[in-house]
Amino acid sequence: GVNPDLANERQTASFSVEKLTAWLDGGAEQTRLRRAVVEAIERDPVFSRENQYFQSQNERYEAAVRKAVHLQKKMHEMGWSQEGPESKYIYRAVAGDIAFLLHRIFMRSISVLGSDEQIAKWIPPASQYQLIGSYAQTELGHGTYLQGLETTAVFDVTTQEFILNTPKISAMKWWPGDMGRSATHTVVFAQLYVHGKCHGIHPFIVQIRSLQDHSLCPGIIAGDIGPKMNFEHIDNGYLMLQNVRVPRENMLNKFCEVQPDGTYVRRGSQKINYFTMTSVRISLISSEAVTPLMKACTIAIRYSAVRRQSKLKPGEQEAKILDYQTQQEKLLPQLAAAYAFHFIDDYLQELFDRGYREIQRKNFDTLPELHALSSGFKATVTQYCTSGVEICLRACGGHGYSLLSGLPSLYTKIIASCIYEGENTILLLQTARFLVKSFMAASTGQSVPPSVTYLAAVKPSKCPAKNKSDFLSPDIYTEAYQHMAVRLISSTAAKLQDLIQSGVKKHDAWNRCTVQLAQAAKAHCHYIIVKNFAEIVAKLESKAGIQKIMKHLCDLFALHGIFSNAGVFLHDGYISGAQMDMVTASYLDLLAIVRKDAVPLVDAFDFTDKSLNSALGCYDGQVYQRLYEWARKSPTNKQISPAYEKYLKPLLHNTLSKL
Amino acid sequence: GRRTMMNADLRRERAAATFQPELLTHILDGGAERTRRRKEIEALVLNDPDFQHEDLNFLSRSQRYEQAIRKSSLMVMKLREYGIADPEEIYWFKSFVHRGRPEPLDLHLGMFLPTLLTQATPEQQDRFFMPAWNLEIIGTYAQTEMGHGTHLRGLETTATYDPATQEFILNSPTVTSIKWWPGGLGKTSNHAIVLAQLYTQGQCKGLHAFIVPIRQLGTHEPLPGITVGDIGPKFGYDEMDNGYLKMDNFRIPRENMLMKYAQVEPDGTYVKPLSDKLTYGTMVFIRSLIVGDSARSLSRACTIAIRYSAVRHQSELKPGEPEPQILDYQTQQYKLFPLLATAYAFHFVGAYIKDTYRRISGDINEGDLSELPELHALTAGLKAFTSWTANAGIEECRMACGGHGYSRCSGIPDIYVTFTPSCTYEGENTVMMLQTARFLVKSYTQVSSGQRVTGTVSYLNDLSRQRIQPQHVAARTVTVRINDPVSLVEAYKARAARLVEAAAKNLQAELNHRKSKEDAWNRTSVDLVRASEAHCHYVIVKLFTAKLSEISNAAVRAVLTELCLLYALHGISKNTGDFLQAGILNDAQITQVNQRVKELLAIIRRNAVALVDSFDFHDVHLGSVLGRYDGNVYENMFEWAKKSPLNKTEVHESFHKHLKPLQAKL
Repeated sequence: GVNPDLANERQTASFSVEKLTAWLDGGAEQTRLRRAVVEAIERDPVFSRENQYFQSQNERYEAAVRKAVHLQKKMHEMGWSQEGPESKYIYRAVAGDIAFLLHRIFMRSISVLGSDEQIAKWIPPASQYQLIGSYAQTELGHGTYLQGLETTAVFDVTTQEFILNTPKISAMKWWPGDMGRSATHTVVFAQLYVHGKCHGIHPFIVQIRSLQDHSLCPGIIAGDIGPKMNFEHIDNGYLMLQNVRVPRENMLNKFCEVQPDGTYVRRGSQKINYFTMTSVRISLISSEAVTPLMKACTIAIRYSAVRRQSKLKPGEQEAKILDYQTQQEKLLPQLAAAYAFHFIDDYLQELFDRGYREIQRKNFDTLPELHALSSGFKATVTQYCTSGVEICLRACGGHGYSLLSGLPSLYTKIIASCIYEGENTILLLQTARFLVKSFMAASTGQSVPPSVTYLAAVKPSKCPAKNKSDFLSPDIYTEAYQHMAVRLISSTAAKLQDLIQSGVKKHDAWNRCTVQLAQAAKAHCHYIIVKNFAEIVAKLESKAGIQKIMKHLCDLFALHGIFSNAGVFLHDGYISGAQMDMVTASYLDLLAIVRKDAVPLVDAFDFTDKSLNSALGCYDGQVYQRLYEWARKSPTNKQISPAYEKYLKPLLHNTLSKL
Repeated sequence: GRRTMMNADLRRERAAATFQPELLTHILDGGAERTRRRKEIEALVLNDPDFQHEDLNFLSRSQRYEQAIRKSSLMVMKLREYGIADPEEIYWFKSFVHRGRPEPLDLHLGMFLPTLLTQATPEQQDRFFMPAWNLEIIGTYAQTEMGHGTHLRGLETTATYDPATQEFILNSPTVTSIKWWPGGLGKTSNHAIVLAQLYTQGQCKGLHAFIVPIRQLGTHEPLPGITVGDIGPKFGYDEMDNGYLKMDNFRIPRENMLMKYAQVEPDGTYVKPLSDKLTYGTMVFIRSLIVGDSARSLSRACTIAIRYSAVRHQSELKPGEPEPQILDYQTQQYKLFPLLATAYAFHFVGAYIKDTYRRISGDINEGDLSELPELHALTAGLKAFTSWTANAGIEECRMACGGHGYSRCSGIPDIYVTFTPSCTYEGENTVMMLQTARFLVKSYTQVSSGQRVTGTVSYLNDLSRQRIQPQHVAARTVTVRINDPVSLVEAYKARAARLVEAAAKNLQAELNHRKSKEDAWNRTSVDLVRASEAHCHYVIVKLFTAKLSEISNAAVRAVLTELCLLYALHGISKNTGDFLQAGILNDAQITQVNQRVKELLAIIRRNAVALVDSFDFHDVHLGSVLGRYDGNVYENMFEWAKKSPLNKTEVHESFHKHLKPLQAKL
């Protein structure tokens, strides 16, 4: 049965959980499809994750390979296809705990960067798993800064081959997933040299393991890079190339080609490469950042409704920890953020689709804006979600520290998202570059992309709020965010100008402003997220029950941001000290309001117990029983540790009493 | 040798330092003699072949446990062989043996034995102490239960006295009452000191401690009526068998209750203890250790991140020039140097609490407990403040190392997972902050009613003088000079005063509206935590500033002054809202503060490597490929990776089991 403490929470919901779920999914039909996929996967014991926390790196890897192989079978059985609507739900259902994710990137990169002949040659065997691909870009010495990569590919006209080399240790490929043990092929990014001239980074298909016995090919040194904070199931690898020769046709040549005589030809636009990065950054926001935060909120909030500790009123039962203001202050802003980011993901997705249609018509005008937005939001959202998951983890006290809570692995996985697909600080600075440029353009009356038109409308004023309820008006707080973003962007741009005018070199001036620039980029993203949330809420008029609670969450998200960044709002007096006290009061009031619907709000995310894989977050709230039963299954309790016979026994049997 | 083949970047960094790192090391250790002794002990351990083993990153959990047990037993023997008895020296020895990680005998050595010493009667000491000293008895301290942690009164385990047999009957009446988390309980210990609600003559007398045998001497099998085991895998603490313990009508003799203070007589009559303030002393001591641990853990992470940032080159700052060290990027400096300053600040705070505790522990023994409440309140807050900050700081250091920080070879993941439980154990941090707040509010109330308060809260006395004026206290007081640490202490003081006053007033307003005190307190708790944080922040800035005047070497004092300024100014720039709202600083000053922070980053840059060298962590202790003293990072990452368990065979067995059949089928 359901723990009465959780059951009570559900009885008092102010809205229909089922309706909210359907709305979040994009319609009841989507919900139905998602549930069907999740159920099919979870019913199959091969996909079970119950023992995951007990397994060694070797066991995790093996299980991931087994699952990947089994998934092919399953998809065939169920009639699911890679391109079908089920696809995104499959990934959600296996919780990413599966091998060959890089195989898909391998295939995508060939599809995007390869010629028609190359696609025809490589894609069919790859989709049949006759070969397993990986994607080798990052090196020991270089990550986000791609121009710095050191692997070389030298064209040999006499044999019509490229000779690939790892000239020094820092040039070794390092980190690519699936490459340490599984892959037979990989796309290697290397500096192309033809007739002694360097043409920059290009992709080459390189076979690294035998298709017969999986042994390493001549000239290849490859292996696993060793244990990490998470991703034990993935064989992130290293790769060293020693005079490895690949035919001329193995350079992916849709956009650049080396002709037989060594002539280097470039065709089409390089900008399309940006588009690939943009698409990856946008697609990871939902699955790698927002979903984990939603899971963490589900676990922490359900647990906080079950855990009772200390007394709020003398003589009464101990209080649910969710009733403590300090606990609400930790968790509820994270919950509001999870919703806010879900909506910003929709916004980006839409923007992206529009951009994609333009690009197909060979119009690249939207690219700079898309690129800037995807960089900034990837950085802002992953950073926020990472700290949100960590807050949820710590809010569960001691039990959060147990792997069985599910929170440590959510955390160690999500933090990687702050680094991969572009290190966050660097991404923020890319967004900042776009913002400064747009600001300059806007202030000289030139036209700017839609998301930054607000930079032109500078109106130095004061916040008009008169009492704390005024701060529940979206216009009031959205304007405060806008004002703050404009101020930070304009003052940084001015500082940059000042430095340059005073004779500081441009790059040096830039470096001296980078702390401010990163802050400005974050402010911009924060503003857009608040604004977008407020607009979504405004459009919800037809769904009264849901609108009300979404409005509370939107207010909470916005006011929490002002409360915790008070300085930047107070700085030029836009918000006064007295108004800041109103913000605080309104914010604290909201905590108590959202508290009432906290459990239904996480229920609406609709994660199954199996996908949460958490003793603390299960739907029925039988937390302690599960924790106990699960712990008893730990191998440490089943196997006899050799430590007793070897060390403990002699210790206990008096070896020390001689001393 | 340590200094051969040093990476050229690091050599250059070290040559350019403006001070001698050794001198600063001496200050951190508490004198040159202490440094010498520490290094002597370090050498004893590190040169001892008994303490060598494979890299723990490649071992399974049970292998790590096994290694830890092996080393712990040797450690106990060798400590006695070498005659090392000073607590600090034992701590050093232990942390070199276990490289800063927990070990299965921690609770035996750190809780079981000391508790016997302080709470057992002479007869009980005769029965238990020597066997425990000789490790025939290995004990743990079983307090936390599945359902209750910091809130001790909620513990549910019962010990019911049966006068007929003169025994206590121990029970775990609910699932939530199962003892959960105690270190060494799962597999190692054969005894536990169990905290349980004492029932005698039909009445509950509250929590008391009992010595409970849990495993058979000889076979090590659990005793009848005892269910004991390991609680399973955790974020960290792989070498520790944190355990569970369930007792079903388990009987122990009356003499197994620790009866130095409270007693149960044979007929069941309960005799009350004299004072419970004495336990404050132990808590203060343990929390002071956590403050020190915050400093050390953050220092280790800073050492790794700063050395690596001096070795790693990336991108371009100036067109056409070679790739710069990432330490030259302002954003990288902004991530790391404030943390470096914080690590130093916390070192001095930890040392201060330890000294204070040492100073007044004589008074405590003589029954003078007057200074204890303040120290107790202060250490609760400082424990929370420093562990929260270090916890986040370690992660920032790791993130500053980019992708490679995520590999276990960086060593930072391990530092983090080992450290992060300190936000929870020995008092959950939010609860700790609220304890400090309770003291602050009490002091504020005293001042309001015309009394004077002393110690770190004496700034509240100023409030009464200013009461005549209507505005906020702090609004008019200080003229802040942003380059003068002493003046910045005043700014922090004004902020603390303002936030304590605001919290106390809000609490009063809530009290005026509501019936229940607890409810009003709960509704003000976010404000109260902020007030505590501001108070702790003030104390830390004050202690750091005070430390500067004690430093005789001018070069060292200069560099520490820079760090102190950075610590104070960065703290302001991160909390500008408080300073602006209270009118302590105006917009123009905040802009100056932000600017000055960036100037200080550039100034500290040249000494950054020397400042982490001063922490003097041996490579073995640091356990990081990225943070190696010699800076030879990449080649050693490769060497390290080759040892990964996945690389044991050239072709992984998964190929034969899964991949090959798949390729055949499709």
